[in-house]
Amino acid sequence: MARTEFFEGMRGGLVMALSATPFGALFGAVAIDNGLTVPEAVLMSATTFAGASQLVGIELFGHHVQAWLIILSVFAVNFRHILYSAAIARYIEHFTPIQKFFAFYLLVDPQFAETIRRGESGKVVTPSWYIGFGFCVYIAWVGMTFVGAHFGKMMGDPKALALDVVLPVYFLGMVMGFRKRDGFLPVVLASVIGSVAAYHFVGSPWHVSLGALAGIVVAALLPPTLAAEINDTPAQAEEA
Amino acid sequence: MENAFNPEMTLLILGAGLATYATRIGGYLLVTRMKNIPPRVESALNAVPAAVLSSLAAPAFFTGGYDTQIAMAVAAVIAFRNTGLPMLLAGWAVAMVIRHLVIGG
Repeated sequence: MARTEFFEGMRGGLVMALSATPFGALFGAVAIDNGLTVPEAVLMSATTFAGASQLVGIELFGHHVQAWLIILSVFAVNFRHILYSAAIARYIEHFTPIQKFFAFYLLVDPQFAETIRRGESGKVVTPSWYIGFGFCVYIAWVGMTFVGAHFGKMMGDPKALALDVVLPVYFLGMVMGFRKRDGFLPVVLASVIGSVAAYHFVGSPWHVSLGALAGIVVAALLPPTLAAEINDTPAQAEEA
Repeated sequence: MENAFNPEMTLLILGAGLATYATRIGGYLLVTRMKNIPPRVESALNAVPAAVLSSLAAPAFFTGGYDTQIAMAVAAVIAFRNTGLPMLLAGWAVAMVIRHLVIGG
């Protein structure tokens, strides 16, 4: 049972691992370019395991920015993960503390998206499935950092293989999967406008946190859903 | 292999790793410590996935070339029926066809 779940997770993770491959190699190549050694580049992928923030980190390192400011920037770029771990809490409550420890370690964008999709479809998010998915992406990311750090300059243009299109299309599909939810349209519109505006006026990767915040604020301001009202009723009846 | 790890660089890398882990566990710690989640916080949490994923996808569409835009538009239409691998492959194939056959590679 657990083995089946683990392999099912790995199968799902494999697609994401493949699309993360060029970015892992890119990070490895850029890291060497910014003065990191190969072991340092691999260590950063293994401990931070978050592409955009790693690129921001080594970019600042290349500009000799103070260490505390680099760490603060990494924190800011990864701020969206706070939203992820809050949103998946209900699906991983049954994990043991050690399983949770590793679950958070592996909580990257596709891991979050697939966990939500699995949890909402009514399936139990098992530790085996979760770790199987994350393991696949993790190995690919760290491995490709090593490859990129060694052979970075020999790689071709990732645009020729259209790999840059894979992640946006994937995220778009995930968004469409939520289209039957309450407040879907206002939330998505607010996030699209917010993220594109932030992309232009503030810059990447702030657009992710700011755009998401716009959608979340709209969701909080919308009239409470019928389901929430039904949940509240018994408590009020008891008081009365 | 001399200076495979510069001590300062290594500390910086580990600090970045810790900061990242803090973001990955932080939301969970906050949510599980709240006893009763108010309805508005609940609807805000429910909106997180769609909001975050829209924010990840939208700038790629608006800043990408028309190849990326057509690929994403085709994928969006297919997404009404399927949001898995077939949709992903279709979007990718459209971008490949435009880049290699239409633009002329």
